[in-house]
Amino acid sequence: MPRRNDLHRILIVGSGPIVIGQACEFDYSGAQACKALRAEGYEVVLINSNPATIMTDPNLADRTYVEPLSVEFAEEVIRRERPDALLSTVGGQTGLNLSVALAEAGVLDRYGVELIGAKIDSIKKAEDRLLFKDAMRKIGLDLPQSQLVNSVEKGLEFAARIGYPVILRPSFTLGGTGGGIAYHREDLEEILERGLELSPVHEVLIEENVLGWKEFELEVMRDLADNAIIVCSIENFDPMGVHTGDSITVAPAQTLTDREYQMMRDAALACLREIGVDTGGSNVQFAIDPKTGRMVIVEMNPRVSRSSALASKATGFPIAKIAAKLAVGYRLDEIKNDITRKTPACFEPSIDYVVVKIPRWQFEKFPGSQPVLGTQMKSVGEVMAIGRTFKQALGKGMRSLETGKSEAAAQYSADLIEPRLITPNPERLGYIRFAFESGYTEEQVHALTSIDPWFLRQIREMVDLEKSGGSLATATREQLLAFKRDGLSDARIARMWNTDALAVRDKRKQLGVTAVFNRVDTCAAEFESFTPYLYSSYESECEAHPAQKKKVVILGSGPNRIGQGIEFDYCCCHASFALQEFGVESIMVNCNPETVSTDYDTSDRLYFEPLTLEEVLNICDTEKPDGVIVQFGGQTPLTLALPLKAAGVPIIGTDPENIDLAEDRKRFGKLLDDLKIPAPANGSATNVEEACAIARSIGFPVLVRPSYVLGGRAMVIAYDEDTVRRYMREAVVFSQDRPVLIDRFLEDATEVDVDAIADSSGVVLVAGIMEHIEEAGVHSGDSSCVLPATSLSAEVLATIRSYTERLARALRVIGLMNVQYAVKDGVTYVLEVNPRASRTVPYVSKATGVALPKIAVGVMLGSRIADFTDARGVLNVPQFFVKSPVFPFNKFPGVDPTLGPEMRSTGEVMGVGENFGEAFAKAQLSAGTPLPDKGRVFLSVNDRDKAAATALAKRFHELGFEITATRGTAAAIRAAGLPVKTVFKVNEGRPNSVDLMKSAAVDLVIYTATSGAHAFSDEKAIRKTALTHRVPCITTMSGARAVVEAIASRRRDPIRVWSLQEIHGAARVSAS
Amino acid sequence: MNPAVLALEDGTVFEGMSFGAPAERAGEVVFNTAITGYQEIFTDPSYAGQIVVLTNPEIGNYGANDSDNEAAKPHIEGLVVREFSLLASNWRADQTARQFLAGNNVPVIAGIDTRALVRHLRSRGVMRGVLSATTTDASVLIERAKNSPSMSGLDLATRVSTRERYEWLKPVEPCSPSDLEGEAADPRFHVVAYDFGIKRNILRRLRQCGCRLTVVPAGTTAEETLALKPDGIFLSNGPGDPEPLEFQAAQVRKLIGRAPIFGICLGHQILGLALGAKTYKLKFGHRGANHPVLNKITGKVEITSHNHGFAVDPDSLDAGKIEITHTNLNDGTLEGYRHREYPVFCVQYHPEAAPGPHDSRYLFEDFVKLMEQHAPAK
Repeated sequence: MPRRNDLHRILIVGSGPIVIGQACEFDYSGAQACKALRAEGYEVVLINSNPATIMTDPNLADRTYVEPLSVEFAEEVIRRERPDALLSTVGGQTGLNLSVALAEAGVLDRYGVELIGAKIDSIKKAEDRLLFKDAMRKIGLDLPQSQLVNSVEKGLEFAARIGYPVILRPSFTLGGTGGGIAYHREDLEEILERGLELSPVHEVLIEENVLGWKEFELEVMRDLADNAIIVCSIENFDPMGVHTGDSITVAPAQTLTDREYQMMRDAALACLREIGVDTGGSNVQFAIDPKTGRMVIVEMNPRVSRSSALASKATGFPIAKIAAKLAVGYRLDEIKNDITRKTPACFEPSIDYVVVKIPRWQFEKFPGSQPVLGTQMKSVGEVMAIGRTFKQALGKGMRSLETGKSEAAAQYSADLIEPRLITPNPERLGYIRFAFESGYTEEQVHALTSIDPWFLRQIREMVDLEKSGGSLATATREQLLAFKRDGLSDARIARMWNTDALAVRDKRKQLGVTAVFNRVDTCAAEFESFTPYLYSSYESECEAHPAQKKKVVILGSGPNRIGQGIEFDYCCCHASFALQEFGVESIMVNCNPETVSTDYDTSDRLYFEPLTLEEVLNICDTEKPDGVIVQFGGQTPLTLALPLKAAGVPIIGTDPENIDLAEDRKRFGKLLDDLKIPAPANGSATNVEEACAIARSIGFPVLVRPSYVLGGRAMVIAYDEDTVRRYMREAVVFSQDRPVLIDRFLEDATEVDVDAIADSSGVVLVAGIMEHIEEAGVHSGDSSCVLPATSLSAEVLATIRSYTERLARALRVIGLMNVQYAVKDGVTYVLEVNPRASRTVPYVSKATGVALPKIAVGVMLGSRIADFTDARGVLNVPQFFVKSPVFPFNKFPGVDPTLGPEMRSTGEVMGVGENFGEAFAKAQLSAGTPLPDKGRVFLSVNDRDKAAATALAKRFHELGFEITATRGTAAAIRAAGLPVKTVFKVNEGRPNSVDLMKSAAVDLVIYTATSGAHAFSDEKAIRKTALTHRVPCITTMSGARAVVEAIASRRRDPIRVWSLQEIHGAARVSAS
Repeated sequence: MNPAVLALEDGTVFEGMSFGAPAERAGEVVFNTAITGYQEIFTDPSYAGQIVVLTNPEIGNYGANDSDNEAAKPHIEGLVVREFSLLASNWRADQTARQFLAGNNVPVIAGIDTRALVRHLRSRGVMRGVLSATTTDASVLIERAKNSPSMSGLDLATRVSTRERYEWLKPVEPCSPSDLEGEAADPRFHVVAYDFGIKRNILRRLRQCGCRLTVVPAGTTAEETLALKPDGIFLSNGPGDPEPLEFQAAQVRKLIGRAPIFGICLGHQILGLALGAKTYKLKFGHRGANHPVLNKITGKVEITSHNHGFAVDPDSLDAGKIEITHTNLNDGTLEGYRHREYPVFCVQYHPEAAPGPHDSRYLFEDFVKLMEQHAPAK
């Protein structure tokens, strides 16, 4: 069955902003699908609200719409573009849900759009718990006992019948949101109530407890001719009870006999056929009772998933790409395996290595949340490691995490061993190691964790090896080889031997113990591999075969975390594309399986390796690159820059010394003084009294933060000395080497982010001057911002441009630079300079139509900015583009959903409009907080904001809103002659503002905190209620003003969309 | 841990650790890329005379159990792995993989770079080798490898075949409470199965779909077979080169047209010889559980289990008489054919799996249907 010729134009739906449970793996799958379909000659129309993605790059589709993933906007795209088909399976749950909604709203029928990938019936059968259960029963597959309930009473009744604990899974929520394990009646009531509320269909599945069972996943593909294959088997290290996204997982499955594996394979294929997934990839999850072998099917996803991204990277089999081709009619056996080139894609990859995925969590960003893992996914990112053995892969995986924590056991507490083993948590792996070091047996650890004894044996052997002693002086080749083959890092060996990692490295090189590189080839070496997709090992032969041509290594950004996510992957990928365009071999190093950068197609060569000094030096030893780029991958490669330079590695672009200078407060402060550029008054302190004294001399409020950020410890805005004192005592780690930094906090200032590029001749191009919508004090990553700036005067803009140029020249920036400014009372202050790619580069690139990383790579290779663009000064922005953050607060119940200097958003969206209000309204809709266009607004503001609130109230009144306010605010509004209802504050009586929200009598909340740092229970209650009841809650006056603009636009402007291609016309950046 | 050495006839030497019997064995060194099913591989009689390299680096994890045996004992000469687990972690295990192999006097070498070895065999072709856990003198072992018998021209089938005729009664045993394997069908057809090194799962599967089985030695004549009044004749898999099996080919020639015949692997090659075709040795064989085979009749692709070092040359088959039914999509080699006139069909790969996917199980049903169609009026 060849390519379908009746289709010409295909719409692909992306997955929207990065959220917990749906991250950049869908950028990877979407980008692959775009590429595959265009390569087949189809026109591709794309809709995705996330500007940080590669897939929304204008080069990847014929028409790219960065627009809200809602039925009305998607319909407008369909109306304009009239696609023949919609591919629903590569945009995660969001893409699938929107496809279903479009079908159900009749949009697809109306415009004659065929759903390809998965049909509506199949999607429903897989997603609807009850239909799924019936379908599986029909084909004889066993499931845990379960029942769908839509009331707490029904739930209690069923649980009483099957016995506690029970598992709860709300229907149609992302990443298991709202799910949990109830050990008793009270738990059940609490979790069920929340789950019912979060489920869009108010439905929760209650399930028999299979906690502690072994958990497996199979990645399955099927074509229209019913050819079906298993791409990869995955075994979860953490048994049932931990969401698979939060589990350490291992590929291939390690503890199944062939009989069991084939039984599972048969079941997965039967499931796929019964659900009716005609084409594409699916993921099927199973649990096996380790005592009896009873196997139950847990769930299936009729689409490309996080696990399929992992399976693709683990095997070299590009699931999303193949899924796209199958969706347009190809058969599996008609598609070639890219890696072997000779054999077809219709086969089951065999791998001769072990892959370990480890999630990365950031509970510390959400004080008040319980660092406990269950059925709801909490991790913000993950790493994958490839090793020839499980031990090697696990060792690499642990150091890929960059948790900043050493592998040493010192920080573990003996008292916590049992609780940390019993209840799954982010530190469990560390505690397993610590338990073995402390003398626990494998049987004991198994009894506490239910983790398979084979995994525990491997870990125990690693721990034993680490205790085997020795010293640098007496080290032998055999000993070092054994260490390295079992995955011990040079740094770990150095700690054992009381020396430093580079000494270990020298010693082992002396003894001939050097890393070699093996290939990921889909076939366990049965056929020749043509794709240099490599991982390091300590085997006997190296398959890297470096090319003899000009080449540059790009260091990626490692696991996604808050503050360092997909934006940096965008930059790295673009750097790679640019290198290839300039005829330079691009070599990518990264360890994040979710990303486009770790697609073997993205760069000329891919090293799937931890981003540590050791591993990067090993790669440089082998490749001998002409340059290494460190400025695109965020903080991860920057921390390696100086040591790499010291080891003689040629870093290209801005000198690491200057990158370092910008981070060194003293040296940087002096530079600013020399340049006569103002910065907020600041100082640093190494003890409590010193901190208080500095704060007093600077004047309150002050921003206090650690100079060395370990796992994202909190910063605080202190309005008084008490807060400084408390923070110094309780919240921060400091020392002589790592002082606490104290800055004057510019209240009510407007914050501005600037991205710029500079070349070696000192020419500076200001790419974007982004005005933040929230006032200074909210982390730049958590603030909405707009391009072009809407409220800055020409004078301020000129100052910003001038400062940016002077800073770039002073720091001899070659490549990208980001500067943060605060503008207060007409004075522009520099807050921070980062001579590297920033989080906003993809957004600016999309708003200006200029691919910044490409020019940056060009100048790093020695070209001038003028070689790429005629633009001078500041790039033009043809429309209004608002970037808004997306927060994971709904995953962390109990956490105060407030904004501050600590970044907490996981992703971003972009809204495009002819006016600011329109762009902002779209951004809010995309961010999941759609603004009402009528109804009741609740206002409660502090005294400073009373005047502004009155002006706002007037606008709301004009827009037809009813107004409710707390006493003081209401008085001010009433004084202006506007109708307003008064309501109690939470502590004043009832019904109060929270009651109002709970009874759905409020459509919008505008609330500004009473001045000072004291958090009132009132504020917390309002924010939390707003979050759970999905009422938009605005906490800054500038934000509120933006909201009014947006609402006015919603009332005034029609639903309209623009593709990036039409906004920017033909590409402006020439090929060099 | 004691040292072990694998020496190849071309002088390549791998040094590792001994994890099996303190023994030394010579054989053809071959590799298998299946991820699961090492125990079935150990006990497959088709591996007689071969030292097997497994590409999956972690072997032994789930131990060994009684019901996964494909023969009464392991038939591999030796095992080569990257990592060998001394722990058996599976509810089905009744001993460790080490106990199983060492107890059956099979040497094991672990800790060597199996990928390098596989790449070597892939580019140079399979070759003879000696695996020793008793000597570490590489030069001696290389000499022994050079002097060991070559696979070509060797009749290994007779060596591993049963000495006595026997009845086989066991159907497929469910492997777990969730196994969907149903009850065995009533034995309606009498099948005489030639044992050239037959895997038990072939017998189990035939029994499962309604066959009563008499297993006969490789040296059984056509007359003896016909005297058993078979409803169908099965030609089994087995080790080594088909060419020396002239006697068997001659018997098969006489059996064609007398009863439906189904052949697997070596059985497929012997049928080929009986039909006048030629066989040849593959450079490094097909051994694994992931080979795509196109069924030309249905147009569907099956993922199949393979274990063969020789193949039938499709050009040597008489196209007038023979229809090619199955082709390997990786390398285009012949995977199955049927007789245009007589009820005779066969496949090169392993529809009984063990280890491997179950995509081709329908072939056993096809055999039963063929017997139904050709059943003598009773």
